[in-house]
Amino acid sequence: MSATAVDIAADVRAGRRSALDVVEVALAAIAARDGELNAFNTVTADQARAAAAGIDARVVAGEDVGPLAGVPVALKDNLCTRGVPTTCSSKILAGWKPPYDATVVGRLLAAGAIMVGKTNLDEFAMGSSTENSAFGPTRNPHDPTKVPGGSSGGSAAAVAAGFVPLSLGSDTGGSIRQPAALCGVVGLKPTYGRVSRYGLVAFASSLDQIGPFAATVADAAACYDAIAGWDAFDSTSIPEPLEPTSAALGRGVQGLRVGVVSEMTSDAMGIAPDVLARVREAADALAAAGATVTEVSIPACVYGLSAYYLIAPAEASSNLARFDGVRFGLRVDAPTTAEMQRATRTAGFGPEVKRRIMLGTYALSAGYYDAYYGKAQRVRRLILEDFERAYGEVDVLLSPTSPTTAFPLGAKTTDPLTMYLNDVCTIPSNLAGHPALSVPFGTGSDGLPVGVQLMGPALSEALLFQVGAVLEASRS
Amino acid sequence: MSETTWETVIGLEVHAELATRTKLFSGALNHFGSEPNTNVDPVSLGLPGSLPVLNRTAVELAIRVGLALHCEIRPSVFARKNYFYPDMPKDFQISQYDQPIDLGGWLELPEGKRIGITRAHLEEDTGKNTHVGGSGRIGGADYSLIDYNRAGVPLLEIVSEPDLRSADEARAYVEELRAILVAIGASDGKMEEGSLRVDCNVSVRRPGEPFGTRCEIKNVNSLRSLGRAVDYETRRQIDLIEAGEKIRQETRHWDENAGRTTAGRSKENSEDYRYFPEPDLVPVVPDPAWIEEIRAALPRLPAERRHDLAMAAGLASTDTPVIVAVDRGADAMALEAIAAGADAVRVLTHIEHNLAVEGADALGGSTLAALVAMETSGALTATQAKTVLAELVTLAASGVQGDPAAVAAAKGFEAMDTGALDAAVDAVIAANAEEWERFKAGDPKERGKLTGFFVGQVMKSTKGQADGKAVTAVLLSRAG
Repeated sequence: MSATAVDIAADVRAGRRSALDVVEVALAAIAARDGELNAFNTVTADQARAAAAGIDARVVAGEDVGPLAGVPVALKDNLCTRGVPTTCSSKILAGWKPPYDATVVGRLLAAGAIMVGKTNLDEFAMGSSTENSAFGPTRNPHDPTKVPGGSSGGSAAAVAAGFVPLSLGSDTGGSIRQPAALCGVVGLKPTYGRVSRYGLVAFASSLDQIGPFAATVADAAACYDAIAGWDAFDSTSIPEPLEPTSAALGRGVQGLRVGVVSEMTSDAMGIAPDVLARVREAADALAAAGATVTEVSIPACVYGLSAYYLIAPAEASSNLARFDGVRFGLRVDAPTTAEMQRATRTAGFGPEVKRRIMLGTYALSAGYYDAYYGKAQRVRRLILEDFERAYGEVDVLLSPTSPTTAFPLGAKTTDPLTMYLNDVCTIPSNLAGHPALSVPFGTGSDGLPVGVQLMGPALSEALLFQVGAVLEASRS
Repeated sequence: MSETTWETVIGLEVHAELATRTKLFSGALNHFGSEPNTNVDPVSLGLPGSLPVLNRTAVELAIRVGLALHCEIRPSVFARKNYFYPDMPKDFQISQYDQPIDLGGWLELPEGKRIGITRAHLEEDTGKNTHVGGSGRIGGADYSLIDYNRAGVPLLEIVSEPDLRSADEARAYVEELRAILVAIGASDGKMEEGSLRVDCNVSVRRPGEPFGTRCEIKNVNSLRSLGRAVDYETRRQIDLIEAGEKIRQETRHWDENAGRTTAGRSKENSEDYRYFPEPDLVPVVPDPAWIEEIRAALPRLPAERRHDLAMAAGLASTDTPVIVAVDRGADAMALEAIAAGADAVRVLTHIEHNLAVEGADALGGSTLAALVAMETSGALTATQAKTVLAELVTLAASGVQGDPAAVAAAKGFEAMDTGALDAAVDAVIAANAEEWERFKAGDPKERGKLTGFFVGQVMKSTKGQADGKAVTAVLLSRAG
């Protein structure tokens, strides 16, 4: 789909194009190529056509049909959708249809967007390649022998393949930004608490955030404006009022202070040379546009990965306890309740999910809590303090999003640690609760997309879009 | 060796269901007795993606309880207590762990002893399992049904210090706590509906020695069970120690039918709950001004009412009937009646038993005084007085202060003169010669039973006009 979300909505609102036509084009594109890419777990074609017809009727009736009128969207399959299967790409949720919509789903639909389907992910959002899925891997539209990144690989691929202009993912340690980088699209992880998590099947509650994928910065901003803001159903939701970020897009970077994170551009972090080269070029582009560029240190961020792999599995081990065969999803019968629960969880969860549940259970055990979970929380506080110190000196931070471009399917599945290293530049923002944006910036030596990451203090989404728009413009 | 050389040490954990309209973390109704699985929503079923949102009223009630128990109200944090159980929808319970809302207070028993309150914390209730067929216990049943209506109902767990020393004290503590909870509107206090549940920790020691090893007794569902369970457990522990054995720290289950406790989980096998702060909730930090507002709005507590009424009546506070009901304005009426010369004990008995109803405060103190005067003079029996009083309350509700004498006359209540009473008793004796012979024989147990029989017969023949005490007196004088 070549048209942007902003253009589609303008056309549909003005009656120049029918929403039904837009949806048919999206469904045709999915039908033509998703057999190869496997970005979707479920395509809701009939529901999408009915919703589009409804939008068109309201346009004819002269109603305001919303800022995303007629825009087809794809939703990561860990977002609850009323009456539509929500699987988290896990066998354990086989057959489950939520009786309610996630807050973000309700907000997108209220803005006029049209859901065309649910996208593939690493099971329960645990992974960086969308290979840990009960429905098979998703492939990278730029090179189907490569992974799309993960865990929101299906949502990133759906936008990169041109199926839809917008999609939603969730980001716990980089699950929006890393696949955005590997698929050559824009991806935002908002400030923790800015987008309601109500209806997002939890992986790690203190780190999870929902955010948009889009082909352009302007579309990502429009989507963010539609889904962000306080929600009574999420106690961690931030009450501060939301200024539309779209307004900030044309402001440029004149006089802004940009810091390149030295730890994330050092050889020790294992960043590929071609990726580093793009980051340097991005810094140069911002300097050329009037920004002041300096090097900034976030010393504690090197401990981010270790802290993350204690906190996230700990919370996951508790969040995933409810998948016990009693109330919903898979049940493997056995003579006693405890045996039924064990059999269900053994059959229902994949190996990466089991690994993390075991890690997390161990980290929270009596006698180990202080050494693991407690210490990881202290590291988290140090990282936050380092970021806050840095934001006293600069306005935004720049780094690579992912250490490499897209890697071949199967390349890292046998060694979990290598896979975990994909998130080394993205995890610190989750630990700090700060927003971060990945913007496509050229290609690597293999011709595959490279993404650069912009990070800012809490609630600085508008600023990130503003700087991202300058990077985007510098490439075109 | 005997029990007198041993001291029982008891600490209680009381779980009170808070009287909120909705659940602790969602808008589903908190209502007892609904059809199974009707008071549920995504949050109380623990559906994937659902999130808890704290009920402000539950926090307010927890603060009320804390203030009534002289606790410090503190910033508090919810944690997750992780364990698998089918009636717990998320397979973890959200509960306050190391930072409870109410910390360190006390409760005074009616006879004056102060019992320390360690803490009180908010947590969510679980659903209810019904195990069907087989043994009827989990593990041995054919199948189990789960009702999640109770899942997520707000509980306040109130933990006492090990300051109680007997089954009587334990019962008095729960009674007084229940009176407080009901008086301040925090809970309906119905043990029979599970609104108030008690776990008791029992140990024994020689007076002056350090505490012994304790056992926690679960499934104590009534005040009667509490007393029986404490007595049984005390005896069991003393017997073990006197036989040279050691007490194992364990959870024990009270079996009401068998009248004994049976061993459950031991300390060594206790589950690791892997507590950690609940990331889906933020710390609860009540505004000090709000706490003061709640304090100012607290009604008078039962102990204070007891004291005030006793002082006014010229009685010791332990002589007044325990007043558990909420003061609906009847206290002022009682004081007025007593001031008008009515018998204080009779007035307080009416307040406790016959006037704890909606609208009773419309009755004038002088009307109550007039009624009590008829009772004192013997013009009305206690039963008749109760009937007249109910009629007077109904009249008062419609704005009329009735005349007790007129109401009594209209109901045909008139005091029997001595001659008529003697005649009625003699007639009943004559008609029941065999029973009378046994009564006269004087076996105390038999005589007690037969007194009830004869009084009943006289009541029947006099259509309730005879006074029970007067009948008994005639019976005794006739028996010689």
